[in-house]
Parts: sequence; structure tokens; C-alpha cells
Amino acid sequence: MCLAYPYKIVEIKNEWTAVAETQGVKTEISLQLLPEPVKEGDWVLVHVGFAIQKLSEKEAEESLKAWDELLKQSEPYLE
Amino acid sequence: MNYSNSLNHIWNKFKDPERVKSLVNLIKKEIEKYGKPINIMEFCGGHTHVILRNGLDELLKGYINFVHGPGCPVCVIALERIDLAIELAKIPDVTLCTYGDLMRVPGSNRMSLLKLRAEGYEIKPISSAMEALKLAIENPQKKVIFFAIGFETTSPHTAVLIKQAKKLRVKNLWVVCNHILALVVLEYLLQTEEKPLIDAFIGPGHVSTITGSKAYESIVKRYQKPIVISGFEPLDLIQAIYLITKQMIEERCEVEIQYTRSVTPEGNIKAKEFLKEVFNIRRSFPWRGLGEIPYSAYEIKSEYEIFDGEKIFKVSVNSGKENPFCLCGKVIKGLSKPTECKLFGKACTPQNPIGPCMVSSEGACLAYFKYKRI
Ligand code: SF4
Repeated sequence: MCLAYPYKIVEIKNEWTAVAETQGVKTEISLQLLPEPVKEGDWVLVHVGFAIQKLSEKEAEESLKAWDELLKQSEPYLE
Repeated sequence: MNYSNSLNHIWNKFKDPERVKSLVNLIKKEIEKYGKPINIMEFCGGHTHVILRNGLDELLKGYINFVHGPGCPVCVIALERIDLAIELAKIPDVTLCTYGDLMRVPGSNRMSLLKLRAEGYEIKPISSAMEALKLAIENPQKKVIFFAIGFETTSPHTAVLIKQAKKLRVKNLWVVCNHILALVVLEYLLQTEEKPLIDAFIGPGHVSTITGSKAYESIVKRYQKPIVISGFEPLDLIQAIYLITKQMIEERCEVEIQYTRSVTPEGNIKAKEFLKEVFNIRRSFPWRGLGEIPYSAYEIKSEYEIFDGEKIFKVSVNSGKENPFCLCGKVIKGLSKPTECKLFGKACTPQNPIGPCMVSSEGACLAYFKYKRI
């Protein structure tokens, strides 16, 4: 019920609706709860038929980098 | 590499077992420094499933004690609300629609919407609130009732639906609102007499996508429990646990966001506006296992009351008693593990559930049944 999944926007139908795809399955989703505009190719978090957030690729990359950095620093003392 | 592939690539890294393993070791070292195990409640049932599916509880045994929380809207729906849905569905010409998981939750006398449908009543599972609107428009001879459930993750959808129905002047659609407030129940758990032992919380990732992290600040201050809002991949949870451990060692007490690719301090402002426009807070609402909790749910504002199914359709509900052996109430509060229930895996199975925790895809009993049965 509270799980949401990343979908890629494949077609903007109108201001409120888009077609989005996840793992090869295409569905119509509502854009009415998105605070910012999206375009084809963007990734959004979809929860039961509604996009609730545009996903930030930059944030995802940065958090991974930060963790790898942390692990690198702590490696000597992990052994 | 095109855009979609690059993002998928990043996503997969959040599942990377090697990264998870190294972070687990790091957490263990930190907890050794801290000197005792940490009791962490993962509020959200989605997190419970990730933890058990990936064996994170086993990996961190003796270091982290996971206390499973009430964050599953299907698990906390009160018996009398299921009975209400069942009575509404029996009204002539009604098509009742709701999110799929709810259909199997037993009400009084183990009746469920699914069983009622087998008797010929029109009950439809839907996978988006907008499907209710479509149903109403395509079937003008029917009275369509949307039995709406969920935390802040689904309540904005219902608000959009109601506003849209008003705009389109739809005359045969009503909503029965069961939307509940995650932060209120979180605070409730910290206040009850029979408190579970919790040092810190893993905060719900998708509820917080809507509410924002700032919404938790007063709770963290008042009760001095760190909250780290986490995503739903194994690495997300491990990172969140690491951040909690750090806070405990450094004696900090803050709201932190691990799930930065989706959660912001402010949350989804647009969704919050929809909520404010369509809903008021109810004085009180019943929760399964927890009883009545003041100011813990939404109701439809009077401006939209022509769509409020609870006001329009008066049905009487005569609820029975819950099975006295079902421990769902304690499981929801984090006081018991599902395996402590006498009925677990015997009289109560996913095929033949007794309590809602065995039904919902986010329920703790189902998670134990799937991943922990010996
Ligand atoms: S195993 Fe079944 S009966 Fe026992 S607490 Fe869980 S849902 Fe209730």
C-alpha cells in the first residue's frame, strides 16, 4: 500500500496525464500531484497510479558516492 | 549510455550485496563502540519486508533489534470499518471499489469483501483512485463508492479524485474516507503506557515524500528519539541504520534523510495543498489493535460533503469480536513478534488469514510467514 516504484515517462498525454513505463510495462499515470513539470525521459516515483515525486538522479549518484567514500576511509580498520 | 539505462544502473547499485556487506561490518564495529544493541522500530511495513527478505535482521543479530511498527494501512484498519465496507457493498445498485489488499481482510465472522463478491455483490479492486472516477462515468446507473484507505501516501490521490469529481459534476460517486495519519500514530506509540522498547526510528520513505522531513522535528525533540527516513532497497536500510548508530554514539537526536533521491525537508507541497483543501482532521478514529486515537485521521470537508459516502449512506454496523488469540494488536505496537502468536502458520495462513497482518503485502505476519518459517 505504501510502496512506490520508479517509472520512466515515455509520453506526455496532457497537462495531467502521462504514459510511464517500468520493467517493460506501460501504464497511464496522473501527474496532478507533481509540484514540478516533467518531460519524456524523466523518472518519477509512482504510487498507485499517481506520480508523487520527480526522482533525482543527481541525489542518487551523490549518496552512493558518499557511501563509497566512507567505506574506503574505514576499510583499513574493517580488516 | 542513454538516460534510462544510466538511472537503472544507479538503482541497481542500491541492491549491491557487496556494499551491503561492508556497511554491515562497519555498523557492527560502531555498535561495539556504543557498547549495547540498539532497538530500532521500522515504522513502515514495506521496510519490514525488505529487512526480512534480505535477512538484514540475521546479519545484524545481537547488534540491532528490529521492532516492527504499525506502518501498514491495511493492518491497522479497524474491524468495524471492514464491516462498514461490507454493509455499503450490500446496498442495491452499489459498486464498491477499493485497493486490492483490503479485499481479503476479514471483518466480523471472518466475512471479507472478497467472500461477499463471491456471493454476487459488485466489488472491484482498483489500482488508482482515478479508476473510481472512470467507473462512475462509464456506469451512470450505478452508485460507485470508493472505500479509500491509506496513509499520507494515498490520501492526496483521494483529494485529487474528489476535486475532479466536483469539477466534472459527477453525481454517482462517493468516497468513504479511512485515511490515517502516520505521524500521529508514531507519536501515540511513544505515549502509550505499554510502550515497545525503541531507541530510534527508521522513518517511512514514501509517507515522508509527501509530508517532508520537517514534519517529524517536534516529535524528535519532544521524545528524544532519532529518526532516519529511508528508501526501500537493502543498501538504503543499511545506510539508515548506520546513520542512526552514528547519532546514538554522538548523542545526537535529529531527523535525517537517507532517501534523498525522493524526500525533501518540505515534502510534496502540491500534494499537501490538495490535502488541506479537501480534508479536515477527525476528532477521533478507530485503529485495529490500538483503539480510538484522537486526531488521527482525515474526514471530507463540508464543502465536499456531497461526495462523502459516510454522510450520504446510513448503514448500521454491528461488529463482533476479534479472534481473542490474534496478536495483531501487539504486533502492530511492536510488543510481540508474529511467531509468538498461537495461530501463526497453523490456523492463520495467507490463504486463510485471521488477522490483517497476515493479509497485507506489508504485514509483519505475512513477512514472517514468507521469509522466516522454519
Ligand atoms: S498470525 Fe494471524 S492471528 Fe496471529 S497475529 Fe498474525 S494475523 Fe493475527
